[in-house]
Amino acid sequence: MAIVELKNVAKRYDSMPGRKGNEHANAVEDFNLITRDGEFVVLVGPSGCGKSTTMRMIAGLEHNTAGEIRINGQDVSAVEPRDRDIAMVFQSYALYPHMSVYHNMAFALELKKTPKDEVKKRVQEAAKILDIEYLLDRKPRALSGGQRQRVALGRALVRQPQVFLMDEPLSNLDARLRVEMRAEITRLHRRLGVTTFYVTHDQTEAMTMGQRIVVMRDGRIQQIDTPYNLYERPVNRFVAGFIGTPSMNFLKADYQGGTLKGKGFSCTLNPHQQSALGDSAQCSQCWLGIRPEHLHQTEASTGGGRLEGAVEVIEPLGPVTMAQVRVGETLVTAQLAAHLEVQIGDTLTLAFDPDQIHLFDIESDRTLGLETDPASSVQATA
Amino acid sequence: MSAPPTNASPKRRAPTKRLMAPSVLFLLVWMIVPLAMTLYYSLQDYNLMMPDMRGFAGGLSYELLFTDPVFWDALLNTLLLVVTCLLITVVAGLALALLFNRTFVGRGIARTLAISPFFVMPVVTGLIWKYMLLDPVYGLFSWVMRSMGFEPIEWLSSYPLLSVVMMISWEWTPFALLILLTGLQSLPEDQLEAVRLDGANRWQEFRHIVLPHLGQVLYVVVMLESIFFLTSFAEIYATTSGGPGTATTNLPYYIYLGAFFQYDIGLSSAAAIGAVVLANICAIFLIRFVAGNLNAGSQR
Amino acid sequence: MTASTVDQTPGRKSGFGGTLLTLLAWVIGITMFFPILWVVLTALKTEQTAFSMTPTFIFSPTLESFKSALAQGSGYWHYALNSVITALGSTLVGLALAIPAAYAMAFYPSKRTDFTLVWMVSTKFIPAVGVLIPVFLVYRSLGLLDTRLGLTMLFTSMNLPIMVWMVYSYFRDIPVDIVEAASIDGASTAQTMFRVILPLALPGLASTGLLALILAWNESFWSLTMTDYHAATLAVYTASFKSGEGLFWARLSAASVMTIAPIVVLGWFAQRQMVRGLTFGAVK
Repeated sequence: MAIVELKNVAKRYDSMPGRKGNEHANAVEDFNLITRDGEFVVLVGPSGCGKSTTMRMIAGLEHNTAGEIRINGQDVSAVEPRDRDIAMVFQSYALYPHMSVYHNMAFALELKKTPKDEVKKRVQEAAKILDIEYLLDRKPRALSGGQRQRVALGRALVRQPQVFLMDEPLSNLDARLRVEMRAEITRLHRRLGVTTFYVTHDQTEAMTMGQRIVVMRDGRIQQIDTPYNLYERPVNRFVAGFIGTPSMNFLKADYQGGTLKGKGFSCTLNPHQQSALGDSAQCSQCWLGIRPEHLHQTEASTGGGRLEGAVEVIEPLGPVTMAQVRVGETLVTAQLAAHLEVQIGDTLTLAFDPDQIHLFDIESDRTLGLETDPASSVQATA
Repeated sequence: MSAPPTNASPKRRAPTKRLMAPSVLFLLVWMIVPLAMTLYYSLQDYNLMMPDMRGFAGGLSYELLFTDPVFWDALLNTLLLVVTCLLITVVAGLALALLFNRTFVGRGIARTLAISPFFVMPVVTGLIWKYMLLDPVYGLFSWVMRSMGFEPIEWLSSYPLLSVVMMISWEWTPFALLILLTGLQSLPEDQLEAVRLDGANRWQEFRHIVLPHLGQVLYVVVMLESIFFLTSFAEIYATTSGGPGTATTNLPYYIYLGAFFQYDIGLSSAAAIGAVVLANICAIFLIRFVAGNLNAGSQR
Repeated sequence: MTASTVDQTPGRKSGFGGTLLTLLAWVIGITMFFPILWVVLTALKTEQTAFSMTPTFIFSPTLESFKSALAQGSGYWHYALNSVITALGSTLVGLALAIPAAYAMAFYPSKRTDFTLVWMVSTKFIPAVGVLIPVFLVYRSLGLLDTRLGLTMLFTSMNLPIMVWMVYSYFRDIPVDIVEAASIDGASTAQTMFRVILPLALPGLASTGLLALILAWNESFWSLTMTDYHAATLAVYTASFKSGEGLFWARLSAASVMTIAPIVVLGWFAQRQMVRGLTFGAVK
């Protein structure tokens, strides 16, 4: 068990002239985080945001160019991966193709000169937990994707390390298995209580698995918070759009006299929202964010927020139907009742509760009127 | 130059210098230092028969070289040899590669038979051709000519350079075949399918898909073969010994004769520098290609 | 190791034209191979049947020529032993030098390693005649002329660039993840090398060795110029037949067969690797 501490950690790459593409992709700036003992932390963000780099720095596969990484108080920046007492599950699984499943799992223990009986006991134990005892004699190439994934987990498990690192471990599985393994990994974590870092680009995985989620973008932490808070109180437009499926809709709105207005929509704000925005002219314009699940079909012209536009796409999903409506320039997604009685081309009027909207600064994309709660602030290390 | 960070190798400090040093040193000692010495000798007046008369000669060796008609013969022979062998092996190799790129009964065996000449030691190639095939009286070719009612040809004395060209082409057509065939087989099937769906006929398919795909493979074959043909030696050594006269003396053989029979180190070194320059003209293009490949490959 | 028989033209009917092309391919294959076959046949003849104006295709084979070629005084074994020692020796030395270099280049790439690799490849294109004279003179003064050691080193220098390249490319085929997994599993650099990388690259190392062996065995230029008798290889041995006016065709053939047979057979198995090695990965 361990507490992992990252303090002002950064990874900068020497710019390489002549290289195509974004030279700064994968870099990390000013990363601060302290885990609780046994916490399950998910690093999430779009590709190139630095989440994998961060994990690889914890593993010691990459060197941090600034800051400190501490495991249980000890600065490991100069410690080789093999001496950090961590185990890692790779996206590709990285099983040793020339070793049987048993030896794949036993390899780390054998290197540490663990007594044979002990090795055997621990491999058997891990295999039993993961239900792969019948695979022990096989070579990796004789396994299915899901089986390989379990072996990769088993190899990490056997080590009984201080920290588990998982780098997109489920992204090579098909959708069904992914859901299954998601639950399995969560269960394992409950059972073992080992501090775990989990990297994914899939916000659903992040939301379902993480006790705390670190949302990253362009090498910088956007927000560190619980799944619930990320959903309810995103600190900026990026986090708001990244968390939740389908994504939050954003409409550019003019603010005047307590009402947000734009082409095809309007919304009268509640008094506390108005006071939060203040009466300064700073917000003559802002972004209005509204989640698809917070839009309802309506006939009446009651107060609150409403928008209307022509229906362009209808996607019946079974329990609900997704509709895409053209509001001004923007295509707004709405999650509506299953039996939606509209045709493509019809004009649809949708209502929403002002309490459920999010407002963002037009320039900085930061959430407006968010009461500053230290627990959800970006700098969670203080 | 190096791979993108996320999937590059560990950025730990590795003893790369120490690991590469033995190989680098080895090549320095056996290739680069001698090359520099060749350059040095080429500026010396140095004959092994008169070791005491050694001294700096400036461009004298080169002057002698350029006024030696045998050198020009050798240069001409070298170029003739390279060009004709290239033409024959590339054209024949491409035709054979297309022929062997079909599925047919026993393809593997037929292809293996066809490429076997490449694995024959050049000296043995020379002997086989000199005696058993090209001998004016007892050779197989002569027998074929006679049985068809023609006068046998005295290949090695009447057409010496052509004979050498035949030997080298026999050896190297398989090389072109092998590499072009590999190139053909790396052509993605979906490209062919796409162009067929677009209604291309066989010729259009070859012209617009296969040939462009083979472009760089052909390039590699031409560059590599040029370098190897430039340095042909054993075939000539085993058959004509550069003769009759200077008819089959190429640059390597000229240097060999100059150094080992006339003991003229200065002159031979100057000629050797000539050979290096010639080879480098081909090599530069190829190395660029390999280096470019390295960068593309490092994207993993 | 023979090519995978991928059908490049599915759906195309192979009618009469197809049969004709198949026939043509076979005829060409056999024609190309014929000189080799002819040597084998000649080696099985008596000197009288071998040396005749009308070639004999049907005869009762005899091993007489092989016996005489292998006989005590012929020296075949002396040359063969030299060939084996120099070819094997240069292959082993080459691998020993190439593996560490390729390891650094493949797993710790940097501008320097990339540059070194390209530089090594480029030395392959220095023609042997370009360094012939200094090598000869230095060898002469060091007493390395006509020694197996001297010849082995020359073969090594000739093959090293290709070997480094090949080993490098096989190492590159090993996913970096696996190497990283090993380091996280607690393996030291040496343990990673011997327990993970080398076992995985073994087939590639074997084909690299095979290619080096073939190239060294067939090498003639250095053997003919740097050796006389003590370290002389089969290339020198067979070349000696060129002046004997070849009156003993059957014996010449028998010697040739024994010189080329092992390598031609090895070559059959190394076709693919030849391509990869000789084209420096430009064609795979």
